[in-house]
Amino acid sequence: MSDTLVDYDDAVSRYDPALGLEVHVELGTATKMFCGCTTAFGAEPNTQTCPTCLGLPGSMPVANRTAVESAIRIGLALGCSISEDCRFARKNYFYPDMPKNFQTSQYDEPIAFDGFLDVDVPLEGGGTETVRVEIERAHMEEDTGKSLHVGTSGRIHGADYSLVDYNRAGIPLIEIVTRPVTGLGARAPEVARAYVAQLRDLIVALGVSDARMDQGSIRADVNLSLAPAGSGTLGTRTETKNVNSLRSVERAVRYEVGRHAAVLDAGEKVFQETRHWHEDTGITTAGREKSDADDYRYFPEPDLVPVAPSREWVEELRGTLPEPPNVRRARLQEAWGFSELEMRDTVGAGALDLIEQTVADGAAPQAARKWWLGELARRANDAGTELVDLAVTPADVARVQALVEEGTVNDKLARQVLEGVLAGEGTPDEVVAARGLAVVSDDGALSAAVDEAIAANPDVADKIRDGKVAAAGALIGAVMKQMKGQADAARVRELILEKLS
Amino acid sequence: MPETQQQISADEVAHLADLARIDLSAEERERLAPQLAVVLEYAASLDGVAGDDVPATSHPLPLRNVLREDVPQPSLTAEEALSGAPAVEQQRFEVPRILGDEQ
Repeated sequence: MSDTLVDYDDAVSRYDPALGLEVHVELGTATKMFCGCTTAFGAEPNTQTCPTCLGLPGSMPVANRTAVESAIRIGLALGCSISEDCRFARKNYFYPDMPKNFQTSQYDEPIAFDGFLDVDVPLEGGGTETVRVEIERAHMEEDTGKSLHVGTSGRIHGADYSLVDYNRAGIPLIEIVTRPVTGLGARAPEVARAYVAQLRDLIVALGVSDARMDQGSIRADVNLSLAPAGSGTLGTRTETKNVNSLRSVERAVRYEVGRHAAVLDAGEKVFQETRHWHEDTGITTAGREKSDADDYRYFPEPDLVPVAPSREWVEELRGTLPEPPNVRRARLQEAWGFSELEMRDTVGAGALDLIEQTVADGAAPQAARKWWLGELARRANDAGTELVDLAVTPADVARVQALVEEGTVNDKLARQVLEGVLAGEGTPDEVVAARGLAVVSDDGALSAAVDEAIAANPDVADKIRDGKVAAAGALIGAVMKQMKGQADAARVRELILEKLS
Repeated sequence: MPETQQQISADEVAHLADLARIDLSAEERERLAPQLAVVLEYAASLDGVAGDDVPATSHPLPLRNVLREDVPQPSLTAEEALSGAPAVEQQRFEVPRILGDEQ
């Protein structure tokens, strides 16, 4: 069964999309939200559980201070007010991924509320446009366990039974909810994507989560509704769950716009329901209908006392906020004199911090960029790893560049120095010494090699004597070969021209 | 049974039973409706005691910010964690086929 879709451009010419995003951030704390179980991704099933996160009778939760601090810092970074006194609440529902039969969350007293994120949305043809996305709230809750559906289809429907691993149950989550974003027109999908991307960058800069969408540590639910163009109203929304890549956020919005438009064109009503996003086919399918039957019977969590962050604590945490990533990027681009493309490549390669540190360690920005995005990116790619995981530090790279500029090594030897550093042979200077990589600056040895090359190529030597300086290249090549590359080509050239002038 | 102002319909009882996953017969729903009304009435009597100057509270003690440092504590072993499970497969809790959606 496939949905009828209206062509996207047609749909947004006749309807105004309204967008809402709920982003769950799994915090990178060492332990869970309400117990001391560890949180490492990929552990053996059910090895990170205890009576509290298994919901066993008599167990008592205690909130994780670092998680509360992370929640406050996220709230502050989003320009939110921080609650002076807020409670946790039980969200009651029966589903086996939550062994307590309720999720500990926050209901009418979120820890952070009324904020915004100014999103830089890339424009076609370069540059960006800033769109303010208002944040309604950010609240603390806990993650669920992971279900494995066993059966013929491998999907929920048609599964014969399910197997549950509770390692993830109880890991701290911060849910960040926007207000409806309207007036975007055709740009709704890009804005949705840019919002999630910028929020992810912010989360990374705060250091509160690894923000890996591929591992589910950031998950987006996309709310979308359409209203007749110019009506200024909000239509019935659908909530597409667990959209787990930036590209999918954009695609899911686009798909739902086309689907809603077709439903409305047919004179029908959009069902308020959850939709499942299918990464493989790029479509959504109907899930649970949201209705008055959704009755989670929220009530204040009696086992946890309220969190009342003192204003002193909040201000202390405000002092730990990093420079907003988009502001920092603009500042560095300006300071380094990078083009927009160079900057985008730098960010895309995850080299921003590395280059910043390499520059701080003394290298010129373009030289730092050349090493990280050239030789080192190639080696990271070959090794199937990230730049940051390579066994070379910004200080090493800055030192290699300094060795080049001092004339101790040339570009080719510098690559061998990096190879040595990556192989664990020590610092750049140690590698130069151990491998004997320094260019030969001893004019005696060079001079002998030049004499040899001249003797071996008399006709070339004659041409140079006749003023054909360009012919020197052949002799330089011969000398470099003789010196096994460990010579400064410019010095070799000087010597040749001296001898043949 | 005292006269009550709270009214609970059999349909509301059915809704509550559904939320609590309790299967009630029509006869049980009829019988429970007035009983639940009495419970509500009892709770509502607090309204007569607490004035507008008394904020609703969920905890009897004036405690705030009881927080734990983010330091790992030993977990159960998988065997211990699974020891109460009716059925286990692949070191996981085996549960009946799930209908409906995750939340």
